[in-house]
Amino acid sequence: MGNDAPSATSTTLAEVDYGAVQASPEFQRLRRTHRSFVFPVLGACLAWYFAYVLLASYAHDFMSTRVFGSVNIAMVLGLAQVVTTFAVTMWYVHYANKRLDPLAEEIRDEIETGVFENEEAR
Amino acid sequence: MLHLEAASTSPGEPWLNIAIFGAFVAVTMVIVFRASRNNKTAADYYAAGRSFTGGQNGSAIAGDYLSAASFLGIVGAIAMTGYDGFLYSIGFLVAWLVALLLVAELLRNTGKFTMADVLSFRLKQRPVRIAAATTTLVVCFFYLLAQMAGAGGLVSLLLGIGDQVGQAVVITVVGALMILYVLIGGMKGTTWVQIIKAVLLIVGAGVMTVWVLALNGFDFSALLDKAVAVAENPAILDPGLKYGVSDVTKVDFLSLGLALVLGTAALPHVLMRFYTVPTAKEARKSVVWAIWLIGIFYVFTLVLGYGAAALVGPAVIAAAPGGPNSAAPLLAFSLGGPLLLGLISAIAFATILAVVAGLTITAAASFAHDIYASVVKKGKPEPGAEVKVARRTVVIIGIVAIIGGIGANGQNVAFLVALAFAVAASANLPTIVYSLFWKRFTTKGALWSMYGGLISAIVLIVFSPVVSGSETSMLKTEAIDFAWFPLSNPGIVSIPLAFLLGWIVSVLDKTVEDPKKQSEMEVRSLTGIGAEKAVSH
Repeated sequence: MGNDAPSATSTTLAEVDYGAVQASPEFQRLRRTHRSFVFPVLGACLAWYFAYVLLASYAHDFMSTRVFGSVNIAMVLGLAQVVTTFAVTMWYVHYANKRLDPLAEEIRDEIETGVFENEEAR
Repeated sequence: MLHLEAASTSPGEPWLNIAIFGAFVAVTMVIVFRASRNNKTAADYYAAGRSFTGGQNGSAIAGDYLSAASFLGIVGAIAMTGYDGFLYSIGFLVAWLVALLLVAELLRNTGKFTMADVLSFRLKQRPVRIAAATTTLVVCFFYLLAQMAGAGGLVSLLLGIGDQVGQAVVITVVGALMILYVLIGGMKGTTWVQIIKAVLLIVGAGVMTVWVLALNGFDFSALLDKAVAVAENPAILDPGLKYGVSDVTKVDFLSLGLALVLGTAALPHVLMRFYTVPTAKEARKSVVWAIWLIGIFYVFTLVLGYGAAALVGPAVIAAAPGGPNSAAPLLAFSLGGPLLLGLISAIAFATILAVVAGLTITAAASFAHDIYASVVKKGKPEPGAEVKVARRTVVIIGIVAIIGGIGANGQNVAFLVALAFAVAASANLPTIVYSLFWKRFTTKGALWSMYGGLISAIVLIVFSPVVSGSETSMLKTEAIDFAWFPLSNPGIVSIPLAFLLGWIVSVLDKTVEDPKKQSEMEVRSLTGIGAEKAVSH
């Protein structure tokens, strides 16, 4: 998805047949690679967050258990939410740089060199 | 004067506070003037020429997001109601994963200036744009109210202005300053104010955090013990002090959690920031920066909140002018005397100013770009007219914010912001998600989801205990009571309702949206082809 260096366009974008791009196996692969990461990971993160919220409202005794000193499980779990948020962020960035960006760039190059030029538009 | 009775914690030197704040205004004004010299086109005015780096934009997002609610509201909530206040911090932070994973890059790739650009991309332009602009304006208005309410409380504490008229004058001054920043600086000026403010806020909170910990021998557990001793209530360490009272408050807590985690990715002023960077990759980087800065800041709030409980004490905070919102400034006073109080208060003022400026430019851009240029002028405004309309809108919104701020004076700001999150998550998020990820989504589905989410959220707020029925409600009396909805946050009803409406209406709708537009949107959103480029001067 990165598009840092827009190369010189040889095809004007109005002529691109986006339907053909969308149907191409390269694009389907990009779409799959993107969705198969973001949906399950986000789902897991939200489930983990709501588990925490539910514990905080319905499991007071458990959450109030002291872990060390006066620090209780509620505080440890709260900080764990912060840690998982940081970890997932770095994981996604790594994944996007390694897996998504090269695919997106490949498709962009193909479009810009006119592989998907619209026949009717000419 | 009202504040004299809290003399032991009284607000240091008003003139020192004013001088520090004045210095901040002077420095930022110079920067805004310098930054604004290149404001020529709409892309300059709304999107700062798309010329910021990921790091700069990430700091600006943190500056935009860490509002007075985060600083004053959360620290106050933790000091008063203990652990339950910390839930705000966690919700506000985890919410960024929704923005990072689902929205930021795809939105940068498909839109131009506003949220409506993306939502109306493959649906019918006029009705969807009008709906998206409406929800943008309403969410910005709620958020503005929260910030201005914070300004009022802060003023009463800092400048020793206890009476309503004096506070109103200061809110007017803050509003006028904000109008000036946005008029002159546009998005570029606003962004620089936000960056400066983010740095000051995080450094300021960091210094106070280390200071509080140092006073307790860097033993967090000892700090908690002290907070318990001063508050005379061991329950402040456990969840449930505020939201565990009854079954209704427990559901309210869930509702709040839902609104917080789903609201961020639907806040128009946050979304608009993604257009100020040159590429989707920079948009990604900016979210990563923002998550780190925001996450670190929220960890500070935990220490500061319990620090305020231990060093100032809930009883003193509750009695101080400004109530819970004054916990952070009072903590600063007890740590570093009048000078630190002055610095921290100037930072809090800067926070309000920067967030209000961000909201104002978003609302003005939405009105000028979506309503005026795209709907009234059918996409062909005269050259320069759009920015002119945006500038006029800035003045009108500024005046509305001043009046609303005077009215909302005294409410807990974290709580008011949570309402803005609930409205954003209900009115905007379903349509954003569906139009990016679901092929069969239709115009009708979008309209039902947006208006349904918006109206249900607002109606439920109006008939909630927030507005009527108690001394602490907005109407401030028990005599008027039309609160038939038991929860104070509508999210748990209005968010699922908006998702459901969008889905059912689209499924039942027989019209088929232009498949070519859907292909184009999907290809563009994922590959970044044809995305708006940076403006080069």
